[in-house]
Amino acid sequence: MTINTSIKKALATITFAMASFSALALSPAQQGMEIFTEVKKRDIGWGDSKADMQMILSNEHGQKSVREIKIKSLEQENDGDKSLTVFDKPRDVKGTAFLSFSHTTGADDQWLYMPAIKRVKRISSRNKSGPFMGSEFAFEDFSSFELAKYRYNFLGEEQLGGKDCFKVEQFPVDKNSGYTRRVVWVDKQEYLEQKIDFYDRKNSLLKTLTYSDYQKYPGNYWRALSMNMVNHQNGKSTELKWLNYSFNTGLTEKDFNRNALKRTN
Amino acid sequence: MRDKIFNFTIRHPLWVILALVTFAMLAAAGAQKLVFKSDYRVFFDENNPELIAYDAMQKIYNRSDNVTFVIVPKDGNVFTREHLSALKTLTEKSWQVPYSTRVDSLTNFQYTYAEQDDLIVEDLVMDPLSLTPGQLASIRQIALNDPQLVDKTVSGQGHVSTIEVAVKLPGIDPAAEVPEVAAFVNNMRDEFLTQNPGAQVHLSGMVMLNNAFTEASMKDGATLVPLMFATVILIIGFLLRTISGTVSTVLIIFLSIGSAMGLAGWMGLYLTGASASAPTIILTLAVADCIHILASMFYEMRRGVEKKPAIIKSLQVNFKPVLLTSITTAIGFLSMNFSEVKPYHDLGNIVAMGAILAFIFSVTLFPALLAVLPVKVKVEPQGSSNMMSKLADFVIKKRRLLLPSVSVVVIALALFIPKNEINDDFVKYFDETVPFRTATDFMQENLSGMTLLELSVKSGSPEGINKPEFIKAVSDLSDWLRQQPETDHVNTITDTLKRLNKNMHGDDPAWYKLPDSPEMAAQYLLLYEMSLPYGLDLNSQLNVDKSSTKLIATFKNLTSQEQIDLAKRIEAWFAQHSPQYQLDLASPSFMFANIGQKSIVSMLIGTLAALILISFILAFALKSWRYGLISLLPNIMPAAVAFGVWGLIDGQIGMSLSMVIGMTLGIVVDDTVHFLSKYLHARRENNSDAKAAVHYAFGNVGSALWITTLVLVAGFSVLAQSSFKLNGEMGLLTAITILIALIIDFLLLPPLLMAIDNKKSKQHNSKAAANEFTPEPAA
Repeated sequence: MTINTSIKKALATITFAMASFSALALSPAQQGMEIFTEVKKRDIGWGDSKADMQMILSNEHGQKSVREIKIKSLEQENDGDKSLTVFDKPRDVKGTAFLSFSHTTGADDQWLYMPAIKRVKRISSRNKSGPFMGSEFAFEDFSSFELAKYRYNFLGEEQLGGKDCFKVEQFPVDKNSGYTRRVVWVDKQEYLEQKIDFYDRKNSLLKTLTYSDYQKYPGNYWRALSMNMVNHQNGKSTELKWLNYSFNTGLTEKDFNRNALKRTN
Repeated sequence: MRDKIFNFTIRHPLWVILALVTFAMLAAAGAQKLVFKSDYRVFFDENNPELIAYDAMQKIYNRSDNVTFVIVPKDGNVFTREHLSALKTLTEKSWQVPYSTRVDSLTNFQYTYAEQDDLIVEDLVMDPLSLTPGQLASIRQIALNDPQLVDKTVSGQGHVSTIEVAVKLPGIDPAAEVPEVAAFVNNMRDEFLTQNPGAQVHLSGMVMLNNAFTEASMKDGATLVPLMFATVILIIGFLLRTISGTVSTVLIIFLSIGSAMGLAGWMGLYLTGASASAPTIILTLAVADCIHILASMFYEMRRGVEKKPAIIKSLQVNFKPVLLTSITTAIGFLSMNFSEVKPYHDLGNIVAMGAILAFIFSVTLFPALLAVLPVKVKVEPQGSSNMMSKLADFVIKKRRLLLPSVSVVVIALALFIPKNEINDDFVKYFDETVPFRTATDFMQENLSGMTLLELSVKSGSPEGINKPEFIKAVSDLSDWLRQQPETDHVNTITDTLKRLNKNMHGDDPAWYKLPDSPEMAAQYLLLYEMSLPYGLDLNSQLNVDKSSTKLIATFKNLTSQEQIDLAKRIEAWFAQHSPQYQLDLASPSFMFANIGQKSIVSMLIGTLAALILISFILAFALKSWRYGLISLLPNIMPAAVAFGVWGLIDGQIGMSLSMVIGMTLGIVVDDTVHFLSKYLHARRENNSDAKAAVHYAFGNVGSALWITTLVLVAGFSVLAQSSFKLNGEMGLLTAITILIALIIDFLLLPPLLMAIDNKKSKQHNSKAAANEFTPEPAA
């Protein structure tokens, strides 16, 4: 073999490799989008659910506070889900109920029933980015995942806690979001979110959310029974513990309107 | 033995130079390890109660370092479409400030109102460019009537407003973080001014204060401090008329400072605001040591003695007093280890090392250098000692007049010491040429001061803040605070609760009052909490289990003493009116006030104690209780008189002035030791009477003492020109103290010695009794 032919061969190999790569490869944006299309696809069709949630708030000083709520959710096609939240603890807010129609874009519709004054108040605000019940979770961290809420950028693959994961950046579309971006780790096997880093408006790391204790429910729907949010800037953290998940409990639109708010007790 | 060393030095000067310069270089290399800690935490023990309280407050709520933009619109009206739009843009940009956690301005104020059964929570200024005159008027009406906004975010006349950026510095590298924030906001201001010609922007707040401190010390460090060193060097050269002597002195100064700071680095010490003055103190010590040796050497050479024998003679004469001065100064500074403020331990240890190093260098390296370098002195029968001789004659002749008259002046001035108060006013540390000062003065005149106090009121039980009696207590505290003359503004959750109660009742003004059940309060707060956007939540006002709430009170610019008094008054009022709840007070400025007071007292007492201790050591060294006691006078009176003078001209003693006694300690002791030891030498060795001994002392050390004094007074007078009072006042009072020390040593000490010793010699003749340990020193 002469030097000349070996060079030709090498060149041919490189050219072929490059050609096949560009044909197969998607742009990082498309790749990220695809991963989350799969995430969403695997969680469609659950209908409605009920669950109890315990929220444990702690600060850097070691003070803790526990809040208990019940949540009913109704899946919506082509928009954010509807949810009804009833507060059990702390005692002074027992019976307070919160109804929310979340939307892919724009402000959510929200109503609060306050037993102390026996009134339903509609809340008009741009609070998506604000904290839920004083916790480290913002409203936008709770609301259902919709593909159109973000632009995507595939960052690569990474091992996380022994699982092979995709690492994808998400850029919120809504200008009222409190984040410039989120970095999400999704495991390759079940397409479940394992960890999210949140970057604030000046693109500094603000919070990290870690999902654990995933359980599989009938119909192949997975839910993490524990979610831990740590705020790196103020040293506070919030842990969510989910109990008594049940699906297809027969909830309908009627269970998610203003009148339903007062009936919760 | 001593003479052997001297002779070796003179015979093999190059070896001595090589060995000592090598040692100095090795020691000085440690200086790279020195880290400057600007963090005020270094001033505290870990178990200091105030630090613990403050840390707890920071962890429970969010921290409150801040930058305040004070924005003046060009036409003096905040409420125009154009200006509100500019404000909104600047508010949004403020979220980009490094380490910012919250931004509060007029435009993003969360305004709540009722519309039938809806609660509307929105930015007070939503879309500024489309506002009608009617809407502008209504925004103005709302803003100027909201207790949360008026006098804090917007002035009562609506001509100035602020944007307050809360910043949480990570504290990993404070030396870099503060300038980073300052540079960013300065840049924002410049951009704003370009886009809004005619407007004005001032920058104030805690971060800017810290930055002004850093900038001012760096500016002085780059200009005035080098100028001060240059002045010292120039005047030495001018007075001694010798290039070689000056060069050698400068070398000893720098090697002493370098090695002491380097050893501190090797020992793992760090620099703080306190220990940063060590180099200047070591400078004074090295200058004094060298000038004594130079002056004696020149004295000999003028009399026609050859250079090398003159050096040896000078060393023989000066070794003991220089050693004594250095050891007592070192011990004096080591006694700072008893201070409860830690950075003063480091200062004491570094200066103690510097004192010993300056001694070692000036009796080895210094003569070696002089032996090598060309030194020429005109042989003249009458030199500057002639002037000293005349001064001695004058003092001896007028002793009966000088003793009472100088005593009266000294005592009279010292009586003004009580006119001083221990106090710090951080804003006034900067003169009007410093932008931070003008910004803060402007803010104070038009809006509010920058003294913040955080008040955490604890109910003692989870959800306790919802209880009507607790809310009432907090509301009463807020009302009382607002009545205090110092108060500019109070931010309290009780205003929010009143407003929400009104909103919940169709905005009926009659409902602008506190909710009357815990459920109501809790549910209002929940509703409100659920409506707020990112960064504007209640977490800075409520703790996680809602057992406590934090009020933020803004006061006029207060001195540290006023802050401490105010805090005591608040605590007393609350303990009387709401004894069932606990109140904690904290804030960065309050912490500074406390640290300031503590370290000032600690420093003043520490250095005073050191001076007394030194007099006792001198009693042993001079083998005479009597002269030990006498030495108390020239040791302590200079500081006493200087602070009396200060009481007359200013009367405020801050952190920087508390350093003055320490700064001058070495020189004051040097004056005392040299004069006394020469006097005693004459009395004991030469059996002179008191008058002859005074004459001898003047002739031998007089010119060295006055040259040292002149050099250092000139040097510190340069520092006194600083626009940064911390350095300026310290330089001024140090110069005054050094000058007074010389006056006392020349005009008061000799007449006193003569008065006492004449009396004693009469007694001695009649009774043959002495209260000295041994009559003669072992020379």
